[in-house]
Amino acid sequence: MAVRNLLQAIHDALEEEMRADETVMILGEDVGRAGGVFRVTEGLQEEFGPDRALDTPLAESLIVGSAIGLSVNGMRPVAEIQFADFIPPAFDQIVSEAARFYYRSNGAWNVPITIRAPYGVVPGGALYHSQSVEAYFCNTPGLKVVAPTFPKEAKGLLKSAIRDPNPVLFFEHKRCYRLLKEDVPEEDYTVPIGEAKIHREGEDITVVAYGLVLHTALEVAKKLSGEHGIEAEVVEPLTLYPLDRETILDSARKTGKFLAISEANITGSVTAEMAALVAREAFEWLDAPVMRLGAPDIPAAAFARPMMDAFVPDAALIESAMLELARY
Amino acid sequence: MAKPVTMPQLGESVTEGTIARWLKSEGEEIEKDEPLCEVDTDKVSSELPSPIAGRIEKLLVSEGETVEVGTEIALVAVEGESEGPPREDMRSEGPTEEFPAAGTVAQPAVAQRVRRPGASGGNGRVGVPDAGELRLRRSSPVVRRIAAEHGIDISEIKGTGIGGRVTRKDIEAYVREREAARGPTPTPEPARARVEVHEGDRIVELDSVRRAIANRMSLSKREAPHAWTMVEVDVTGLVALRERIKEDFARREGVRLTYLPFIVRAAVESLKEHPILNSVWDEERIVLRRRINVGIAVDLDDALIVPVIRDADDYGIVGLARRIDDLVRRARERRLSPEDVSGGTFTVNNPGALGSVVSTPIINHPQAAILSAEAIVKRPVVVGDAIAIRSIMNLEVSFDHRILDGGAALRFLNAVKRRLEGYTPESEVL
Repeated sequence: MAVRNLLQAIHDALEEEMRADETVMILGEDVGRAGGVFRVTEGLQEEFGPDRALDTPLAESLIVGSAIGLSVNGMRPVAEIQFADFIPPAFDQIVSEAARFYYRSNGAWNVPITIRAPYGVVPGGALYHSQSVEAYFCNTPGLKVVAPTFPKEAKGLLKSAIRDPNPVLFFEHKRCYRLLKEDVPEEDYTVPIGEAKIHREGEDITVVAYGLVLHTALEVAKKLSGEHGIEAEVVEPLTLYPLDRETILDSARKTGKFLAISEANITGSVTAEMAALVAREAFEWLDAPVMRLGAPDIPAAAFARPMMDAFVPDAALIESAMLELARY
Repeated sequence: MAKPVTMPQLGESVTEGTIARWLKSEGEEIEKDEPLCEVDTDKVSSELPSPIAGRIEKLLVSEGETVEVGTEIALVAVEGESEGPPREDMRSEGPTEEFPAAGTVAQPAVAQRVRRPGASGGNGRVGVPDAGELRLRRSSPVVRRIAAEHGIDISEIKGTGIGGRVTRKDIEAYVREREAARGPTPTPEPARARVEVHEGDRIVELDSVRRAIANRMSLSKREAPHAWTMVEVDVTGLVALRERIKEDFARREGVRLTYLPFIVRAAVESLKEHPILNSVWDEERIVLRRRINVGIAVDLDDALIVPVIRDADDYGIVGLARRIDDLVRRARERRLSPEDVSGGTFTVNNPGALGSVVSTPIINHPQAAILSAEAIVKRPVVVGDAIAIRSIMNLEVSFDHRILDGGAALRFLNAVKRRLEGYTPESEVL
């Protein structure tokens, strides 16, 4: 096993898949010679050449449009949107073309593309480098949306995404890139799309979270266990669309108290779908109102650090919500 | 000064009422004629409008309690007079302990319950209990489910949740304790054994109408030894008559002509001949009623209601058709008053309208009998020495065997049969 952070795990998955399958290629702004703005694709152009690690112009609709064209001609492209904030120009290509190709060709044409999108708040990110836009894609049938948080799952999920016959959006939280290292298997393995993971078992409350706030939730859960004897079950959805309904519902039914946290603007976010699911399917097991935490409905995090911190649900807010739920 | 509100007389023969739900709590302001509580009588729930305006000082009767007409049920402090008891009194009735949760605002349960003066008037949300109240009284879905499964009244349990709410853990602990307490001393099971609920089963809580039906049916079956008998009626003439005149009738009278007015009419005339079926058992004696008030059973999908045609012998077919149409329509719209469903002396059941050919109805206690009219079906029957196709209807009566015997019941049934068979296509309908 190798000790890797999230960024390295994603790099390894790309490298291994490119070695194993010569149709796998990457394309995007600065992914080649520069090795990616975050160094995720470092060394790939040296090894696989400029045709399989392709630098593109600053034009997101071209990146995804080309990936679609390449995919229907036998390639398995991994397109990088340098920051998720800049995905809107590619939006039409993703939801109108990539998502529908398989359907409108009655299964004759697959679109095996993966779109990597670094998201989430980072210091200094502000208006154009901090958004969580995953929900845009979570009501478009034909797409799969994954958002792993830990290196081990990220590596396996990226391999699943690349091998998937149809489009997968792969969201990477930028602040999680170097936050934590863990043992990541070196052998070839995949993590299935559509399965959530229970990080921590508990009887008292269920917390579902992904991205940076998952790390915070896990820390708070540990603290509450020590200080208050409250045992939180912490679930990571891993796949945001389609959701692993069974795992989420089983946990909600077990504890009767449900909190969903994300960093996205709260209205219409993925947590809303989870809340609706639990309210509908686990109603008779609920012992408290379903709760959610998210960013306020403002366009993005501010540049100023204190205001940026106020945008993302922090440890104090998550702790008070978890306590409130446990004591309800 | 506080003025009392008393239980009003909600119908001619109604002597008592059950407070189903208070729509106002102590300390709240109430306008004149604003709903104060829901009162259940035999089969009807109605809202009781407040006869005076003021602030509710005390609720004297708890929910579910039945009191006689005239009993004082609440005290209302009338505006401009004494302020009533000091606020401390109310606070002492609220939850005694708050559970400060970090980052959450402590829930001032009592303060929430006391609305601003005048706040309840005219905002369209009168009588809606607030979240704090509901949390205490009903708790959460899972607590309600467990309470229903184990037959627990959650007010028996001391809650540890927010504002004293009963949590899932509280009720589970309570169930465990109760079962442990039962364990070592094998006391006989309480009379009401609960049904085991399996995963996926759905619980339907009883509403007041269902509960009233259940209680009355059980009472009737327990009290009155039922016997049952049936005759076949050849209504070929009546069917032809109705076919001939129904369109004209609907146009002229504005209501649809069904068979029910004919059956009620025949029953009423026959009851005059056989008054024993229009009587009440009264332990040492039998009371034969002079007035003939006929209840007609109306199916409401989820309930059964029996509005009463008072002095049914005053009406001919046209009058009965109108009364029946009016009562059935108001029953379906749930607009019947307590008056409409009380005072029946005999009941006509009409399951034939739903396709039934034989049924054994339960007497509407304390009446002496109930008549059931079944579906009219064409059948080959022997007429003289020939086989003919005739329209046949089964007519049955369930009766209280304490009051009358099979002979009397059949004499009545045959009288009804004779009347129904007496119709010809040319009969005059008045």
